[in-house]
Amino acid sequence: MKVVIRPGILVEPGSSRENKTGSWRNYYPKFDHGTCIACGICETYCPESIVFGDKEHKFDADLDYCKGCGICAQVCPKQCIEMVLEVR
Amino acid sequence: MGKMFVEGSMAVALGASLSRPDVISAYPITPQTHIVEDLAKFVADGKLNCEFVNTESEFGAASVVLGAQAAGSRAYTATTSQGLILMSEVLFNVAGMRLPLVMCVANRSLSAPLSIWTDHQDIVTLRDSGFIIMFAEDAQEALDLHPIAYRIAEDKRVQLPVMINIDGFLITHTFEPVDVPDQAQVDKFLKPYVPFQALDPKKPYTMGAFTEPAYHMDVRYAMHKANLDSTTVIEEVCAQFEKDFGRKAGGLVDTYKIDDAETVLVAMGSITGLLEEAVDAMREKGKKVGVLKIKTYRPFPFEQVRKHLAGRKQVIVLDRAMSAGFGEILGGDIKTALYGQTGQPPVDSYIYGLGGRDIFIPDIEELVAKPNPGTHQSEWIGVKYDLLED
Amino acid sequence: MQELKDKLMKKHLLAPGHTACAGCGEALGMRMIIDAIGSNCIVANATGCSEIFTSKFPQSSWEVPWVHSLFENAAGVASGIEAAYKAKGRTDVKVVAIGGDGATADIGMGVISGMFERGHNILYVCLDNEAYMNTGIQRSSLTPFKASTTTSPSGTVSYGNPTRKKDLVAIALAHRVGYVASCSLANPVDLKKKVEKAVAHVGPSFIHFHAPCPLGWAFESDMTVEIAKLAVNTGLFPVVEYENGELVKVAKIKKVPVDKYLELQKRFKHLFKSDEGKKFIAGIQEIADANIAKFGLE
Repeated sequence: MKVVIRPGILVEPGSSRENKTGSWRNYYPKFDHGTCIACGICETYCPESIVFGDKEHKFDADLDYCKGCGICAQVCPKQCIEMVLEVR
Repeated sequence: MGKMFVEGSMAVALGASLSRPDVISAYPITPQTHIVEDLAKFVADGKLNCEFVNTESEFGAASVVLGAQAAGSRAYTATTSQGLILMSEVLFNVAGMRLPLVMCVANRSLSAPLSIWTDHQDIVTLRDSGFIIMFAEDAQEALDLHPIAYRIAEDKRVQLPVMINIDGFLITHTFEPVDVPDQAQVDKFLKPYVPFQALDPKKPYTMGAFTEPAYHMDVRYAMHKANLDSTTVIEEVCAQFEKDFGRKAGGLVDTYKIDDAETVLVAMGSITGLLEEAVDAMREKGKKVGVLKIKTYRPFPFEQVRKHLAGRKQVIVLDRAMSAGFGEILGGDIKTALYGQTGQPPVDSYIYGLGGRDIFIPDIEELVAKPNPGTHQSEWIGVKYDLLED
Repeated sequence: MQELKDKLMKKHLLAPGHTACAGCGEALGMRMIIDAIGSNCIVANATGCSEIFTSKFPQSSWEVPWVHSLFENAAGVASGIEAAYKAKGRTDVKVVAIGGDGATADIGMGVISGMFERGHNILYVCLDNEAYMNTGIQRSSLTPFKASTTTSPSGTVSYGNPTRKKDLVAIALAHRVGYVASCSLANPVDLKKKVEKAVAHVGPSFIHFHAPCPLGWAFESDMTVEIAKLAVNTGLFPVVEYENGELVKVAKIKKVPVDKYLELQKRFKHLFKSDEGKKFIAGIQEIADANIAKFGLE
């Protein structure tokens, strides 16, 4: 998006979506859809708000943004998320 | 409304009120208190329909008007001295965010030592802020500059805040006959505020982002340029005011008997009134003296200063403030404008009237009579050297 | 995958791509809070983590109208916005001020006091990560007893921060704020209800949110929610609700000794290394017990 300097040091809402923070992580979350009960607790507790899913599709993380903090794995009541070392 | 015999503070309050602010927040401080009190009474009597917010400090008041402007409303505040410095953090913010706030500063000295009397130390400390800085010579001009200031500030080519400066006590606490325009007349001159940006859930924006080195200088340049270029709008608006109301107010500079002047006195603030009388007195004795009044200090009127001072035999700049460890302030700005110009005149600079100390016509005559023009830099007038410890 | 993302990814009022640390409790809490507030609001935010990681020019994570001015004046700016909207006759829009513990309890204390006293219809949210985190973990007046920060470090002759947390809930109540509540990641449903109540309340309201900070408190980034739960269950962060000065609700706890909370954070590790330090742990236990007694948390 073209950068424009405007009075008010104005910035468009939600423009941070351009910043793909996925490059930050060392570990990524691997979701076991077999064990997942689609409770949505992982979605509630993701600080980036990038865990998504439903009863039919189970849950996953948007790896464009995931910083690999591991909270989803820690809070999952069924321990079906594993933090895996990412090799790039 | 017609001619009224009012205190200068009342003229300011009337000027602010006629400009239809939506939000006023001002913290009382001598000698600005009557302005705040007059406005509070207007609101209490239903004569002024606006939100009047009493805050816990000048810093709070400035934050309130910043918020109000950011929300797309026309806001007003007034302060002086310690209050101006206390709110200076917010004021740099207001200018940096290009919010068209208008405020009145009743110029007063800065502590320490504490002094409630007038000088320009407070306003010169804010000269780098990005505010457009204008000076009123008397109560009439103080009133007139309010609608003028809003019209300049809110012009889409400017979008910068404006400070209207009046000498504390000398204007705020003296009574003068003032022509108070009708609301209808002012409404014709000053239209309702249409913000470029405003905080509104209907159209959300993020305002006041922080900048890394990659962008900071560019944003600052944009603001600085807008300030420099506002000279055009200032002249335009003041010319329109003269046309609509039949009298002059504001402008970049004003002159008195300058055309054939060999010596020109340069100053800002209410002293320019005294300088006119001094010039008349000296001309009776055959001296060709004139006055250049700096009406707008920022943006600095480079062109006008160069035009009026080139080729003069003597230029005398009077500073009602000083830069400790350096000396002159306006004097330095004048010299910078004249540096290397064709017809660069000799410039003398004097520091006078700090903390409300009076200056009289004989003092001015003495300055003009001093030999060796151009050799007097940052000389203090009337210091009681015998009081100083050895 | 992209199709699924587009279909199932919930839209929040705080967008991803912000630059908060991995596992940031403040980012998580702020998203929950702004979602509960809803889009018909205007936010005045103080300088701090919450502002820096969401508004680096030319990007912003905010989907609501938002303004940042200075460190100490979020409450003042919010007051001005509220006055402006009152003047416009638009009283349906909720004005919110957000500040960290530094902005709220220290440098902005006078300004927030003025805002409370004037009775503006503003919700003030304090995101409390217990130190000046954005500038590098310096202590604030909400840094807990004996925590180590860079300006109250533990050392050979020091055991960390010598003072107790200022009681912000009590300060708000002293200003007769009509709705005052504390909330935590430990109970997101309770957090949502409280924020909604605060928004509905006409007049000043205050929400104190406990924001665990993996970097500043020094714990693993995946432990944020666990730490928040322990803070509540030790009694060190009581989750309470006051309406018109009356205590109406407390979150009952499953009591845990403070050691279990302190030992997970390196900012307290110095207390476990000596007898003198262990005495201070007992002191922290006393603080927790006093909270439990005062609010009837058990």
